[in-house]
Amino acid sequence: MWIFNFLFKSSIGRKLVMSLTGLFLITFLVVHLIGNLQLLYGDDGATFNQYAYFMTNNPLIKFTSYGLYFFIILHTIQGLMIAFFNKQASASKYAVNTNENSSWASKKMALLGTIILVFLFIHMGDFWFRMKIGWISYVEYPGYDVEIANLYERVVITYSKLWIVIIYLLGLLGLAFHLNHGFASAFQTLGLNHKKYTPLINGLGKAYSILIPLGFAIIPIYIYFINR
Amino acid sequence: MDMKLRLKIWRQKNAESKGHFETYEVNANEHMSFLEMLDVLNEQLISEKKEPVVFEHDCREGICGSCSMVINGRPHGPVQGTTTCQVHMRTFKNGDTITIEPYRAGAFPVIKDLSVDRSSFDRIIQAGGFISVNTGQAPDGNALPIEKEQAEKAFDAAACIGCGACVAACPNGSAMLFTSAKVSHLSLVPQGQVEHSKRVQDMVAQMDKEGFGMCSNTGACEAECPKEISIENIARLNRAYMGSVFGSQK
Amino acid sequence: MGEIKLESKVPKGELAEKWTKYRGSMNLVAPNNKRRIDVIVVGTGLAGASAAATLGELGYNVKVFTFHDSPRRAHSIAAQGGINAAKNYQNDGDSTYRLFYDTIKGGDYRSREANVYRLAEVSTEIIDQCVAQGVPFAREYGGLLANRSFGGVQVSRTFYARGQTGQQLLIGAYQALSRQASTGKCKIYNRHEMLDIVKIDGKARGIITRNLLTGEIERHSAHCVVLATGGYGNVFYLSTNAMGSNVSAAWRAVRRGALMANPCFTQIHPTCIPVSGDYQSKLTLMSESLRNDGRVWVPKKMDDVMAIREGRMNGNDVPEEDRDYYLERRYPAFGNLVPRDVASRAAKVACDEGHGVSPTGLAVFLDFAAAIERYGKAEAFSLGVANPSEAKIRELGEKIVKNKYGNLFQMYEKITGEDPYKVPMKIFPAVHYTMGGLWVDYNLETNVPGLFALGEANFSDHGANRLGASALMQGLADGYFVIPYTIGTFLSGEIRTPQITTDGPEFEEAENAVKARLERLMGVQGNQSVESFHRRLGKIVWEYCGMSRNAEGLKKGQQLIRELREEFYRDVYVPGDMNEYNPELEKATRVADFLELGETMMVDALNRNESCGGHFREEYRSEEGEAKRDDVNYTYVAAWQWTDKDEIVLHKEDLDFKNVELKTRSYK
Repeated sequence: MWIFNFLFKSSIGRKLVMSLTGLFLITFLVVHLIGNLQLLYGDDGATFNQYAYFMTNNPLIKFTSYGLYFFIILHTIQGLMIAFFNKQASASKYAVNTNENSSWASKKMALLGTIILVFLFIHMGDFWFRMKIGWISYVEYPGYDVEIANLYERVVITYSKLWIVIIYLLGLLGLAFHLNHGFASAFQTLGLNHKKYTPLINGLGKAYSILIPLGFAIIPIYIYFINR
Repeated sequence: MDMKLRLKIWRQKNAESKGHFETYEVNANEHMSFLEMLDVLNEQLISEKKEPVVFEHDCREGICGSCSMVINGRPHGPVQGTTTCQVHMRTFKNGDTITIEPYRAGAFPVIKDLSVDRSSFDRIIQAGGFISVNTGQAPDGNALPIEKEQAEKAFDAAACIGCGACVAACPNGSAMLFTSAKVSHLSLVPQGQVEHSKRVQDMVAQMDKEGFGMCSNTGACEAECPKEISIENIARLNRAYMGSVFGSQK
Repeated sequence: MGEIKLESKVPKGELAEKWTKYRGSMNLVAPNNKRRIDVIVVGTGLAGASAAATLGELGYNVKVFTFHDSPRRAHSIAAQGGINAAKNYQNDGDSTYRLFYDTIKGGDYRSREANVYRLAEVSTEIIDQCVAQGVPFAREYGGLLANRSFGGVQVSRTFYARGQTGQQLLIGAYQALSRQASTGKCKIYNRHEMLDIVKIDGKARGIITRNLLTGEIERHSAHCVVLATGGYGNVFYLSTNAMGSNVSAAWRAVRRGALMANPCFTQIHPTCIPVSGDYQSKLTLMSESLRNDGRVWVPKKMDDVMAIREGRMNGNDVPEEDRDYYLERRYPAFGNLVPRDVASRAAKVACDEGHGVSPTGLAVFLDFAAAIERYGKAEAFSLGVANPSEAKIRELGEKIVKNKYGNLFQMYEKITGEDPYKVPMKIFPAVHYTMGGLWVDYNLETNVPGLFALGEANFSDHGANRLGASALMQGLADGYFVIPYTIGTFLSGEIRTPQITTDGPEFEEAENAVKARLERLMGVQGNQSVESFHRRLGKIVWEYCGMSRNAEGLKKGQQLIRELREEFYRDVYVPGDMNEYNPELEKATRVADFLELGETMMVDALNRNESCGGHFREEYRSEEGEAKRDDVNYTYVAAWQWTDKDEIVLHKEDLDFKNVELKTRSYK
């Protein structure tokens, strides 16, 4: 079918998939960060745990989260396939390599993406997976019929180990570089390049790629130090 | 000023054989063009009854697009917006070692030494890079005014010399800058509107068929293009392609 | 060989009606017959690509050959300035007749009236065609096409696309050709070099080519052959031609009986970047359009000259009264815009008198300071800047100049390392174009039936000197608007001729001859490179058949070239193998042909006992030192035959001027 051919066979369509899923994930990161910043609320996790309960039980959000998983998988598979194809298309490497013509991140998107993927597995294993199989404690809050998962406690336990904090920081560093190129790139792929607006998008992209990972990084660092 | 240089040059007998680097010493001077420096090397090799280095060149004034080599990791060498033939030796220092390689891209197989096969570009043009007007059918040249700025923009894209530096520079071996410049040139003038949608689809299809990689917006092409063609054209192509896929019957 | 009769085949009737009437009455080939007829086109520059595309559109089966890796690389691409057309869009008095007259006069009355008139006539259609193809010509703010003026004329009729007009026009023709390739009407053979013409029963029926990648010798047949293979400027070794530009296709035609007309008519372009050393491989042209705003001068005082040569001072340090603006002084009416031959010779005179400003003594200044000031003041006025400072005027002026000539200035700086906004440019004349070429009649057919020559490869339109922006015009006129019609005059007689087989004895003989020639070159295994012979040939031709010539020098030059040719076949070294990609072998075949052409040029220049256009014989000049024509004895085309016994034999076509009066060209 034409739409399938476009999205998965044509070079521009395949890139469009990367762009759109990427932009979705970029939006997700903002929501995720705002939610997670509630960890720093200072009420022993009451706000955060209730928020997490809402996020995992609201049918609309649940549905969106399946979309999120699907887009992550699509972004990953499509990205790896493009990277694999491009590796063949670029044939052998030059003896002398230079970074004068393009940023390091832009050329290492697949590597950075893979780092993020590995990080994602660790991250999901630490929280999502443990919660799913019930390796987690529960707390009671007024107004709730059931005990809800004490995800806050889990976070504190996880971030009390220095090596885990370091892994998280490395993962976020990879994310920062990935976004550093990916944000503006997504717009270029969509065909949005304009004398007046592109500098704005580029600036926004740079700011985003620093601020969002930094926001995420504050959480493990803060929790690690507060609990020492 | 005279200068002594060490050249590490890729030698490859033909498409099938494996290539390797060979090192040569050559005496040059700062006023020579890069290719004249290679001429000196070749004369030296011929006088020693060795095979000269094969490299493509013709006009030597930066417009024919023949020269195709990667100097110290950069297509057309270190000078911004300049083809190899217009790079002069004053850019280098006495005692420098210069590494010279052919373009390396899947769709540009090496023919011999520094010469590669770029006929895929011709096939992309043949797929639709033209305006279908037979000789004699044209209305008066001034019948259709074109906004000056629009004409200048079309020119900026049309300035492409088809050298392939964009493909060589691209870590993905993508030909998006070339194809997009060609599409932009023709779609920015009103005469090109009629066939626009078909042209875009056909040229992109041919580009994909030739085995060029996919654009990941590194911008390396734009940085190395001797005619400084902007990746704005790539965005325009993306837009045009999506528009033609979703907006046409085809 | 018997006597060759040169018939121009110019149709009868009034000059202005000849082409129209002829077109309306000539024999045509019906569409169903065109499908059965094969045409070979050699060369893919403006003339070749436009011809091939148009013939394909008409329905012929076209085979197109280029030695380049892509048709788009032909050297037409390097033309900078523009293309003339008698559109009269500027309402400044231009007309077909005026363009015709300017071209005839500019060519110093040595071209064929009817051909030139036709050229002027179709010039307007070329612009229309190119615009329709999407060529991004320069435009005014109102969206209409812009024009500029060029040397040797008093109207603005030059259409341009920045400083890359040739590139844009060639891309247009290349795209038209690509379109025909996509339909299968044109088959393009890249990296194929034509090494011989095959004649069957006296008619051109095919060519022998070498596949430059594999070395394979191939036979290709057709009902007729069209050569659009450019000029032979590279006989001088140093020229503004591309490194690969060569005479071989045309010369092989000569060796098969075609005639080389007026080979001594070569154009020396006045504004090129001077030679900087012995290693120099080519010269770079700076568009003549620069003379619209640049003023040409040399210092009057020898002290200043020496100081500049030694780098102790630069052009700006010479006070106004010590400068000799020699073009403005000698030719007040046209000033810096005199035709190319006049400007070049004047530069030579200035340098011969010792006023040259480069270390080699071979350069004059082209100065933009006055233009920058003039534009700066005007811009300051229009921006409403009251009492602008000198620095402000300079800044504004430089901006305007940058808009007009930015890419040329940039190129100059890249090559020389000097900033032409700050110090005057140094320029010197260089070989640029060859007016001479294969002799053709009004149909552009050579004296070999079925063999046509277009563009710079023929001799027909520019006489002894070509005006700026006329080469692109002629290439496209021949390809788009002339050959598609005139080829019918030959092919209409061939509609019953079946496809030509390549198995005949004529193809066999030609292929063997090519192989023998290549083997001979490979077999010498001497000690000197092809390049070194080419350099030496170039020096001889430049010395004795360059900007000024004399009988004694020409005789000596001929002798030296003969000796060089003999040495070439005794001591040339061609490395590698015949059956592989071997650029040195390609060069060797080309230099071998240049050696024969060079000798013919000497003979032609010696024969022409007059000075006209680009041909300046020191013995024939007026008291003021200007060129002196001899209309009584030399109003003819000298067409040279190279016989089987290596003799160079003259055939004449008398030029008959019915519409213009032959006058001494004056630009004073």
